[in-house]
Amino acid sequence: MILDNGAEVIIGLEVHVELATRTKLFCACPSAFGAPPNTAVCPVCLGLPGALPQLNREVVRLAARAGLALGCTVRTRSRFDRKNYFYPDLPKGYQITQYEHPICEWGALDVPLADERVRHVQIRRIHIEEEAGKLMHEGDSLWQARGSLVDLNRAGLPLIEIVTEPDLRSPDEARLFLRELVSTLSYLDVSDLRMEEGSIRCDANLSLKPPGFTGVLEELARVEVKNVNSIRNVVAALESEVRRQRAVLDAGGRVVRETRGFDEVTGSTLPQRSKEAANDYRYFPEPDLPWLSVDPAVIEEERERLPQLPGARRRQLRERGLAPKDAAVIAAEPAAARYFAGLTDQGADTRLAVTWMLGDLARLLNETRRGYDESPVGPAALAELLALIAGGTLSGRMAKEVLDKMFETGQSAAIVVAEAGLTQISDQDILAEAVGRVLAAHAAAVADYRAGKAQALGFLVGQVMKATRGQASPDVVNRLLRERLAADAAV
Amino acid sequence: MTPGDESVAESARAVHQGASAVRRVEAALAHLAETEPRLHAYLHVRADGALADAAELDRLGPEARAALPLAGVVVAVKDNLVLKDTPTTAGSKILEGYRPPYTATAVARLQAAGALVIGKTNLDEFAMGSSTEHSAYGPTKNPWDVTRVPGGSSGGSAAAVAAGTALVALGSDTGGSVRQPAAFCGVVGLKPTYGRVSRYGLLAFASSLDQVGPLGRRVADVAQVFQVMAGRDPHDATSVEGPPGGPVLDATGSLRGLRVGVVGSQRDQAGPEARTALDEAVVALSDQGAVVSEVDLPHSRYGIAAYYLVAPAEASSNLARYDGVRYGVRGEGQDLAEVYLHTRGEGFGTEVKRRILLGTFALAEGYYDAYYLKALKTRTLLAQDYRAAFRSVDVLLTPTVPETAFRLGEKLEDPWAMYQSDVMTVGANLTGLPALSLPWSVTAGGLPTAIQLTAPWLEEARLFSTAAALEASRAQPWTGPAGEGRGAS
Repeated sequence: MILDNGAEVIIGLEVHVELATRTKLFCACPSAFGAPPNTAVCPVCLGLPGALPQLNREVVRLAARAGLALGCTVRTRSRFDRKNYFYPDLPKGYQITQYEHPICEWGALDVPLADERVRHVQIRRIHIEEEAGKLMHEGDSLWQARGSLVDLNRAGLPLIEIVTEPDLRSPDEARLFLRELVSTLSYLDVSDLRMEEGSIRCDANLSLKPPGFTGVLEELARVEVKNVNSIRNVVAALESEVRRQRAVLDAGGRVVRETRGFDEVTGSTLPQRSKEAANDYRYFPEPDLPWLSVDPAVIEEERERLPQLPGARRRQLRERGLAPKDAAVIAAEPAAARYFAGLTDQGADTRLAVTWMLGDLARLLNETRRGYDESPVGPAALAELLALIAGGTLSGRMAKEVLDKMFETGQSAAIVVAEAGLTQISDQDILAEAVGRVLAAHAAAVADYRAGKAQALGFLVGQVMKATRGQASPDVVNRLLRERLAADAAV
Repeated sequence: MTPGDESVAESARAVHQGASAVRRVEAALAHLAETEPRLHAYLHVRADGALADAAELDRLGPEARAALPLAGVVVAVKDNLVLKDTPTTAGSKILEGYRPPYTATAVARLQAAGALVIGKTNLDEFAMGSSTEHSAYGPTKNPWDVTRVPGGSSGGSAAAVAAGTALVALGSDTGGSVRQPAAFCGVVGLKPTYGRVSRYGLLAFASSLDQVGPLGRRVADVAQVFQVMAGRDPHDATSVEGPPGGPVLDATGSLRGLRVGVVGSQRDQAGPEARTALDEAVVALSDQGAVVSEVDLPHSRYGIAAYYLVAPAEASSNLARYDGVRYGVRGEGQDLAEVYLHTRGEGFGTEVKRRILLGTFALAEGYYDAYYLKALKTRTLLAQDYRAAFRSVDVLLTPTVPETAFRLGEKLEDPWAMYQSDVMTVGANLTGLPALSLPWSVTAGGLPTAIQLTAPWLEEARLFSTAAALEASRAQPWTGPAGEGRGAS
């Protein structure tokens, strides 16, 4: 994104993803969400005097898996460090993180942009760290709070932080990157990825590169917007920063390097209080944990077990003739991909499968706020319905009714059709009789048709449908009527 | 009878044979009531708890008792090791009234072996000090001379063992905090190999240096307690399993052919009494067939400097958790910053604050490389020195401390002089090596002297067998401080 004053937008992201392990990063406390405050705690995650961290190896596996999926090198030796700062949600007065030697380094994610372009976003590093607790304030902010409550259930949950290079060029690219990242992670079973519960949070860095700037990007004044909790808010925060920095530059000012927060209410960024922002974290190697060794065999095992990721899935679907947009929607989430694979495994026609899955089924799921994996109509059931359509047993309109009923009751297509007597009548003998009766009863319409009023045919078709309670195949009725009208005229 | 009169083995054997553990605790409590007013070795006497534990032990059948290697052994525990529901202050005002909800692994292992914890002993606040004068609850006095310090930071544990209110005690050693008070109080003190004893439940001072160690009247007592508490603990990722094998003390071993290295520079740093003790020990070793030579540890002169960067740096981080939010004493304040300032400003003593400031400075952006990183490099060089020395000798021999116990108040206003007390002990902590302080003689002034043995990693067994042989050859059998109500055994 180049602004009209020639400045280029430079964006890098740090994405924090909460990992879905049964227990916390350094203790055996359950990682359950929604437990009563301060019940999922122990001496370790409370930071009690004398307690020591014990590494949860499952976290290492998940971090390695995420790294491999993002094309990173997984280090067989990495290290934990302490990041020191005071805050009531941080029980030990330091966070155990990986500073100097992260577990994963140098990968990339190719993000599809509009019009078939791709943004190659380099991943600089992925490191493991622990989550802090949760504070609830009475008052405007912690520093002015009349009272604050601390819940340490969340303290010590495992996180990975995924750090990109400053390779993104607009807030919208940041949005597409995050969508692709979430989509990729959703295939790995590493995280619940629930934005509203804070399982993904983002720090966004933005600089404006003036026209003609030839130095390295690190020299640009960088503004970091911390702790933004949804993709929509990341975009809003970045757009607001573009406007703000642009205004500063246009007024002849200089953008200062600083940390800002995002205010959801005003949709703009605000400088963080200096007390919170001006930190020297005094990183040093965590003496309570030895170097983290990862068995190369575990890395290979994870590499071999990697599922097909969204990029490859999109390519495959397009090779099978899907439109880019349809392929993107189906590949974006595992539930949709599995559903589509289920349909085609049952022999469903590809075109029909796409139309019905992304059309009426998607509508029903949206209305009831369900995912494809929660659909009352599974892929096998929908495939059965699609077969009735393909075989001419049901018209599209009837099939829609049948699907609604299936979705509502969980019954199979065959049962719904039988109970409602909805089978489409394509039998020529039965329909020929109905057509004969209709023609005999509506001489005026026949005359109109013969006089050249083509719309009279529609009326006659409607009458046949009515006589068959809508079960007649409109195609067959149409054909029979034309044939009979033409034949009778010739007599 | 006081606990100190028996060996650990004798005490356990008596209880195995049906002697009452309750009686032992009662005797220890009675003795303690007599000595405590003079010594102040304890911050918390666990009378009811120890009696209840002893009663439970007495109810066990003979077989169940016999399975407990420390059955009825009265132990004291330094007050920076947590014991469930028992006050733990680390000698600090900031933890006044704090009762931990869990027990340290080292303590739990002793209890599981039948040991009875009689109380929590005094220490320099958060184990920072060499005299126990930095306790927020007042100093402990040396049982040999109550005008003198017991050493520190495990001064309470050393005094408790010397006075005989406990048979053995646990201390912690970050720069000499078990060995130096053991030397000042005339008892045996061990700093095990780093990781050999779990640190879980030890209030951290400097995590990469801290190690829990036992103090006792005899080498065998210390060895037996060590044997019970050593070994890998899943709660401590830095803990290690020792070499396989039987008892760590083989008292039948001879010193014939043992290669002993005297660290020349440390002999030179010793005062006259410490040097005499060292020289006598050299003679004793030679008499028993050991081969004594002089070795050099060229980087040991940087030991104190490296130690006083690494230890405060780690302490500055380890002590951040004492913020008044979750436990301990909370200071009053209008906002969070004020609460922090008052909690820590009023809760910590001068020496602790001094070290937090030192450590914060050493880790600060822009200074890290010059201080902390440099100190880490020094540790590596020092470890190389020791490794080189151990290519030509089996154990190293030095004084434990340059001098005998100093007077109360003598060094309190001069931190630099106080820090020099650790000059011969910090090496083992910086390198993770095991080291043992053995009482050697009593000076004309009536104060104990001591020598220190250092062995390669995980070679505690070598320390014990060497020390036991020296112990047996000592010119003056250990009788304990005068006036503590005990005759020679």
